[in-house]
Amino acid sequence: MMKPSQYLGQFIVYTLFAAVIGYFATAPSYTHFDQSKAMIKMSFAHGGKPITECRKRSRAELKALAANMRTASVCPRQRVSLHVRLTLDGKVIADASLPPTGLRGDGPSKTYQKYTVPVGDHTLIAELRDTRRTEGFDHRSVKKITLTPGQSLSIDFKPAQGGFIYE
Amino acid sequence: MEFIKQPMKLVFLWAEGWFDRFFGPKWNPFYCLGALGYYYFWIVGISGIYIYIFFDTGVPQAYESTEYITHDQWYLAGIMRSIHRYASDAMVVMVLMHFCREFAFDRYRGGRWFSWVTGVSTLWLVFSAGITGYWLVWDKLAQYIAIASMEWLDWLPIFGEPIARNFMAPTHFDGRFFTLLVFMHIAIPLILLFIMWFHLQRINYAKVNPARGLAIGTLLMLLAISLLKPAVSHEMANLSEVPGELNLDWFYLWAYPMIEHLGPGFMWGFAGLGTVLLALIPWLPPKKRPPPAVVNLDNCNGCTRCVTDCPFRAVNMRARTDGGPFKEEAVVDPALCVSCGICVGACPTAMPFRRAGALVPGIDLPDFSVEQLRDQVNAVAQSLQGDDRIITFGCNHGCDPTRLGVKNLGFVALRCSGMLPPSFIDYTLSKGLADGVVITGCREGECHHRLGNVWVDGRMARERDPRLRRRVPEARVLKVWAAPTDRRNLLAEINAFQAGLPDLPDDDSSKRLVGIETDKMAAPEKTEPAA
Repeated sequence: MMKPSQYLGQFIVYTLFAAVIGYFATAPSYTHFDQSKAMIKMSFAHGGKPITECRKRSRAELKALAANMRTASVCPRQRVSLHVRLTLDGKVIADASLPPTGLRGDGPSKTYQKYTVPVGDHTLIAELRDTRRTEGFDHRSVKKITLTPGQSLSIDFKPAQGGFIYE
Repeated sequence: MEFIKQPMKLVFLWAEGWFDRFFGPKWNPFYCLGALGYYYFWIVGISGIYIYIFFDTGVPQAYESTEYITHDQWYLAGIMRSIHRYASDAMVVMVLMHFCREFAFDRYRGGRWFSWVTGVSTLWLVFSAGITGYWLVWDKLAQYIAIASMEWLDWLPIFGEPIARNFMAPTHFDGRFFTLLVFMHIAIPLILLFIMWFHLQRINYAKVNPARGLAIGTLLMLLAISLLKPAVSHEMANLSEVPGELNLDWFYLWAYPMIEHLGPGFMWGFAGLGTVLLALIPWLPPKKRPPPAVVNLDNCNGCTRCVTDCPFRAVNMRARTDGGPFKEEAVVDPALCVSCGICVGACPTAMPFRRAGALVPGIDLPDFSVEQLRDQVNAVAQSLQGDDRIITFGCNHGCDPTRLGVKNLGFVALRCSGMLPPSFIDYTLSKGLADGVVITGCREGECHHRLGNVWVDGRMARERDPRLRRRVPEARVLKVWAAPTDRRNLLAEINAFQAGLPDLPDDDSSKRLVGIETDKMAAPEKTEPAA
């Protein structure tokens, strides 16, 4: 038979355990993002052009190949690295070279980046180079945006849908 | 690692001593942390099944149905949701404490590696199960952990596109994702249950249910906390907004701020290396692995007592291989044996009275044989004089009686108190080697080798084979279960026992017994230890 002091001791233990469980199940609170700011997320997966032009095979080359291998041109598998730049109100916030994925560099380049920016009205310029050119960009988008506190603006890139997409 | 283990062990022993006062050995939560983990798992499962009835998949539906569960049907589904959450949290606490305790008490080496390694794998499953549960609510917290989880996974170079892109904007997100989540939230706990079952496969008489009183108490505690602080959601997730302040469940979500501040690569290293290191602990130095028990077929009569008593399923029976007159013989699996000697204590042929030839029982420890044990008893007895001589048999994991400063007390150290064949008590007293015998070892309700003191209790109470012979005068035998921190209690018990020894009548027949004796070789009982 248990003594009253034992019941009291058990009650204290259960109470303490419940307090620990109850408290740490929701506290202390954690601030993930300063709500006076906004966030721009840029993410896409896009394949650049092949690193060199396709080359036509000569007659001699074609003859040397097995009949089922005789394709007229040879194209390199490797793709160029993309170059992406993001400019907010004239200030570059992202300027990166994105190498192609894959062991042979023949996969799409991909990126997923987040930028914390001030709220308010901004001019955002998104630029992307996906060809063999070494200067300038192949895609360019200029957009006036208004960011509210805690807003998340996403930037995607889909050439089939016109290039840069803002959501 | 001793510098970590020793302080941890002392803290556990201290806390367990206090808990023994409040709960008693049978209800002490520290002695059934694993069983409590199981218990919470069932509570989480049952409460989860109930709230799943009302849960709906889909972007707004998941949140809205959870709000219905929480507010509209607060009196049942809401309480169930709270119990689901708090029991999950309690389960994490139990699992982690179970880990720490087994580590602190060095209970993971030798044949115990299997339980340790399978236990490590449960950590990933427990956390994964909990995290997927938080996603299902689809509130701001779910949004945060969903995106952070994807960003963490994206660090691995195995995905063609960043999978976090699925959460870039509301249009990127498909409500069917919840179907996958529900599947995961059910499948992962089922896999966990399978691993939990696997975890116990090398354990005999595994304790998977806490004592009823403890189960009731802990359920009432969960109910009380659910009423006082019901589990609620944050605002509904919105992928056009970034979650700000969050009330994290730190039992499950502690890793997310680490991912955010230290980077996903760090967290992968921490989790991966941590898991590997944890899993390798049983093989890290100092390696303590004495040779496993060996069966001596000349003396094994196939009685199966060693099989019944082995806490680790290391002894099994097989058909006789030596043409002996018995149907079966015992065989030891060296991979499972932890060399605790409990099988030796169970062997009816471990009889110290035997004088003809060498003392070789049916099963024995090569590096600490029964013959060596008898020699130790004889040697210890020679150092004692007077009419209050005590020989103490105690395990290496309990309180060390030699540090108590008791005069006229000899100590015979055992691997486990369950290693002592009861006939040694008879031998010590009937041969006049001591005036009293003290048996000591780990605290009641917990034993370094799981069941040693439980079996000793049964043998001493003459309820379990091999039983203490009736001729042994009970007044001359004292049994005290004491941990290393229970010195004061052990000292008081031994002092009182020793003081009474000279006053005991000297006419009991056992004092005059000499010669070869054999215990009755009754069939063993398949009794299970008390819960």
